Amino acid sequence: MMPFPAIIVTMTTPEVVLRGITVAFGSNIALNAVTLSFPPGSRNAVVGENGAGKSTLMRALFGLIQPDAGDVLLGGKPQRFSSPADAIASGIGMVQQHFELIPSFTVAENIVLGAEMRRGILLDKQGAESTVRNLAEKSGLPIDPSVRVAELSIAAQQRVEILKALYRNARILILDEPTASLAPSEASELWAATRRLSVTGTTIIFVTHKLDEVMAEADFVTVLRRGEKTFSSPVSQTAPEQIASAMVGGKTGLNIPIDNKVITPGGTRLHLEKLSVNNHRGSISVVEASLTVRAGEIVGLAGVDGSGQRELIEAVVGLRRSDRGEVSLNGIDISDWSIEARRNAGIAYIPEDRHQRALVLSFSCEENMILGRQRETTFSRKSGILNKTAIQAFFADRIAAYDVRGAEIGVPVRSLSGGNQQKLVLARELSRDLSLVAVMQPTRGLDFAAAAFVHNALRRERDRGVAVLFQSLDLQEILALSDRIAVMLSGRIVAILSRQEANETLLGQLMTGVVAS
Amino acid sequence: MYELISAALRLASPLALTALGGVVSERSGIIALHLEGVMLTGAFVAAAAAKATGNAIIGLFFGAIAGGMIGLLHAFLTQRLKTPHMLSGVGINLAALGMTTFALRQSSDLYESAPQIAPVVIVLLAALGAILVSFALSRTTVGLRLKSCGENPVAARSAGIPVVRLRYEASFFSGILAGTGGAALSLVGLGAFTENMTAGRGYIALAAVIFGKWSPIGAVGAACLFGLGDALQVTMQTLGWATILPPDLLTLLPYAITLIALTLFRGGVAPHALGIIDGDDS
Repeated sequence: MMPFPAIIVTMTTPEVVLRGITVAFGSNIALNAVTLSFPPGSRNAVVGENGAGKSTLMRALFGLIQPDAGDVLLGGKPQRFSSPADAIASGIGMVQQHFELIPSFTVAENIVLGAEMRRGILLDKQGAESTVRNLAEKSGLPIDPSVRVAELSIAAQQRVEILKALYRNARILILDEPTASLAPSEASELWAATRRLSVTGTTIIFVTHKLDEVMAEADFVTVLRRGEKTFSSPVSQTAPEQIASAMVGGKTGLNIPIDNKVITPGGTRLHLEKLSVNNHRGSISVVEASLTVRAGEIVGLAGVDGSGQRELIEAVVGLRRSDRGEVSLNGIDISDWSIEARRNAGIAYIPEDRHQRALVLSFSCEENMILGRQRETTFSRKSGILNKTAIQAFFADRIAAYDVRGAEIGVPVRSLSGGNQQKLVLARELSRDLSLVAVMQPTRGLDFAAAAFVHNALRRERDRGVAVLFQSLDLQEILALSDRIAVMLSGRIVAILSRQEANETLLGQLMTGVVAS
Repeated sequence: MYELISAALRLASPLALTALGGVVSERSGIIALHLEGVMLTGAFVAAAAAKATGNAIIGLFFGAIAGGMIGLLHAFLTQRLKTPHMLSGVGINLAALGMTTFALRQSSDLYESAPQIAPVVIVLLAALGAILVSFALSRTTVGLRLKSCGENPVAARSAGIPVVRLRYEASFFSGILAGTGGAALSLVGLGAFTENMTAGRGYIALAAVIFGKWSPIGAVGAACLFGLGDALQVTMQTLGWATILPPDLLTLLPYAITLIALTLFRGGVAPHALGIIDGDDS
């Protein structure tokens, strides 16, 4: 190891205290009076499910958002960060999930930008490069300062972001899900660097939902759940089970009604046989997943965000090519079928992002009602001319059946509320003969009443003999809606449970890998 | 041959100055579709000021300043009012054509010759401008910051760079360069302003920016190519080709070269955030 220069070791890092931090987005309380402290030179993990408020808390500490109540204290002194520039000036650095780098600039140019080394009006490139080279060596973050960032791997770009913070003398370094897009070997290099930094007194705060990282890499762990701190302890005195149950346990907030109807599923509709899918970056995101969904049952995919659920469902509906293995529908291999062929064979898809993938916001309600179905003979003549009368009749009938409020002919679908937009999507996708409905995050962003409506609509499909496969990050929704539950972890289906066997604690442990099935 | 080259340089230098202005504007993130309007305004104001003061250098100065003001207007429209860059550019060009034509018809004395500037002055100014812009973009702090605004304004802002202010400055300086290019049209040779004097040279300069891959030297090189096409056309006319080919067809040559060059041109990357209207004007 290189000896660290004395100046860095003797620089003091103030203790960070977050006192009663409250952040509300409209009526939604993202953080509720969270109080936390991070001792100098410690390594701290902040964990929680999606939407627990981890990133919001970090953004508040970095001045990206201003808390509605509460204080950030550094060394006991209250701070007011109106922008990241203030936080940086106080020695706080943050590496966000989406890097803020300029691909056409070199590593050194990216790092010094805004705080350049100069000789008169000239940019001191040699000085910048040698400073960056020194900094990289001292902090154990190897990088060639003269190379262009466009040519770097994700892991190397992350090192550039960390060096950017260190160049600005960050003594408190926030890393938001730092290993989310790293290979295991890259992640271990990153952790080694954070250990070296903490030895020199830099406080490390990282957000994660991987429990093994918490156990191995943190001195202290804090768990957030629905905007509240539910657990905080030194890691040496903590068992992983405690963290898992603090993440998912203890019911609060909305209670989604559970329907305990006993189902009698029919024959196999969808079958996945050792399906493997690569993501757009070429790394494997679904690994040899085998799963059967039968007629008249709802199967829920549980897992922390990014465990491969999205890629699995996209491979089923045809948005993504499977790389190995087989997708079959009613016993026929459809792995090579187009999206349209799959739709015609009876697969409906309700995506997570209504605005991007399910609706054309500027089109009228009735146009959206037949979007993707416009070629059906009911809606258009052979000549390709739309049959307005038939479309309007279909529209009127469906909005009544699905209780879509505010939907009128000629009104852009943009003007509908989120819940009613989702109802319109359901009305379109479910009003035909189906074998399988694939749904991502069926109630994301919906209020309680709309969510209940969506759940009932999916149950109605099940009861008329359709197979339903859905994915949700909300365990309560998984437990409320599923007849069987498949748990995904790192692209693999690690467990398939009946609803009777499942509970939040068990699912939480399976999802995070605390217990194997 | 010597005459052809000197004619090429003389015709290329206004284009080169304007193209340099285009590079500065686009590297900061503002689409330089307004160059035609900047040139035309520069040409008009320069002729009027030279006429009024009897001094061509003063004319050149006012032409440059007028160009800078149009640059500021384009920055104001795109950065403050969030007008789409294309729309702002076309609007400025149409307005400049209308205003200069109207003003010209109101003041008939502008048809008479104003004091002139020697072509060599403009050639030297263009060469100086090329060195200056090239040096500033590649070697200075302000150049690095300007490029960061065109590539990733979000990253630039989080590094503490005042993106919008820097773009105003870039657009002003860009207008000075293009305004000088316009002034050269009316102060060299003819020594007077004529209706729609630029006849699309601002667009040709923008083509030179793209053909030159947004580098100052590349843009000046492309401008020289187009200048050569123009000179060739003039030479062919004087050599009597006009009796074989219709003169209008010969006049087409520089524009045809522009079209062919842009068709053949592949590769080169525009500044990443060029023309993007962002939500923050801090």
